[in-house]
Amino acid sequence: MISNNMNLFLIFFSAMVVNNILLIRFIALCSFFGISNNMQTSIGMGMAVIFVMVMATTVSWLIFHFLLVPFHLEFLRTAAFILTIATFVQFEEMFIRKTFPALYRAMGIYLPLIVVNCAVLAASFLVIDYNLDYIPSIVYTIGVGGGYFLAIVLFAGIRERISMAPVSRSFQGYPIAFITASLMSLAFLGFKGLFGL
Amino acid sequence: MKLTQELTKGFFKENPILIIMLGLCATLACSTSATDALGMGAAFTFVMIGSNVVISSIRKLVPNQIRIPLYIVVISTFVTIIDYSMKAWAPALSRSLGVFVPLIVVNCIVMGRAEAFAGKNGVLASLMDGIGMSVGFTAVITLIGSIREILGNGTVFGFQVMPSVYQPILIFILPPGAFLVLGFFMAAHKRITNRKGGAA
Repeated sequence: MISNNMNLFLIFFSAMVVNNILLIRFIALCSFFGISNNMQTSIGMGMAVIFVMVMATTVSWLIFHFLLVPFHLEFLRTAAFILTIATFVQFEEMFIRKTFPALYRAMGIYLPLIVVNCAVLAASFLVIDYNLDYIPSIVYTIGVGGGYFLAIVLFAGIRERISMAPVSRSFQGYPIAFITASLMSLAFLGFKGLFGL
Repeated sequence: MKLTQELTKGFFKENPILIIMLGLCATLACSTSATDALGMGAAFTFVMIGSNVVISSIRKLVPNQIRIPLYIVVISTFVTIIDYSMKAWAPALSRSLGVFVPLIVVNCIVMGRAEAFAGKNGVLASLMDGIGMSVGFTAVITLIGSIREILGNGTVFGFQVMPSVYQPILIFILPPGAFLVLGFFMAAHKRITNRKGGAA
């Protein structure tokens, strides 16, 4: 398990590869299967998720430890976090559109979609559940986002090849995508036990 | 007649997992054993029915612009109730489901039904829709959980069902097995639907 006294690199590596959020932990699969049939959109979504996730966790960690814990309101965390993320995504969208128009065009419609991406909410919960300090939390979140990016881009590459392959009728579309994900997950399982993680 | 249709459409024709492809995270992560799967199904049922009924009863009071945040608050209230109840009365189950209980709040099925059905229909119809969707979800997730548990561990709900010579295929209770079983499930569902379509 991840704890505060671990090397920051190990926290990062564990979050990104060993416990990959898509293939090992099964979080955020809707977007994983929904948009991974195109390489460009996968890259855009991956970048947007890393960005929003890191921003959201930096804020939600502060809210939990400096607002909810002192007032003994821990039971409100589900509602508080989801509202934080929703507000934050909205705010970020406006900010990016104003200051970095090029980045905004690259991320496009994926920013608002991220509100319902459970990976962001999951990362906020997990750093609380693991009792991580502030800096390890951020490193962990960067790792989780990086893992999302890695998996979705690899998967998109494979699916582009599959779209040209002769697949039997019952397996066309989602079923074959699931079988592919299964094989990828098997490959990622090979990292288990690395560095004793 | 119409109410029965709202009830039964979730079972197969509009099955939330197999057709609408929503709520996959919970389906895959909480189906390592039949017990976990049933627990997840129960938690989901509570949230789904509760939020469908509440949202449909307040639908005329809610201004259209702020409906999404309001739905989220309603759903997360129910999720918090079930999360803390499970921690109190079923601590072992709560531990093995872990972060996926609070994550029901972003389970797209609940939000999807709130937006697509409960926000537009009456309380009774929404109740039926909620029950139907929950039964469809629970049935599929429990079935997947049972298959994975039989193949990967030789048991169902913890009872030994396979003969002792059976060598468990461990891969089925590991993450890749979840993708594999669901992939074959979808292929089977697609085949049945194709057949029906061909006959009609």
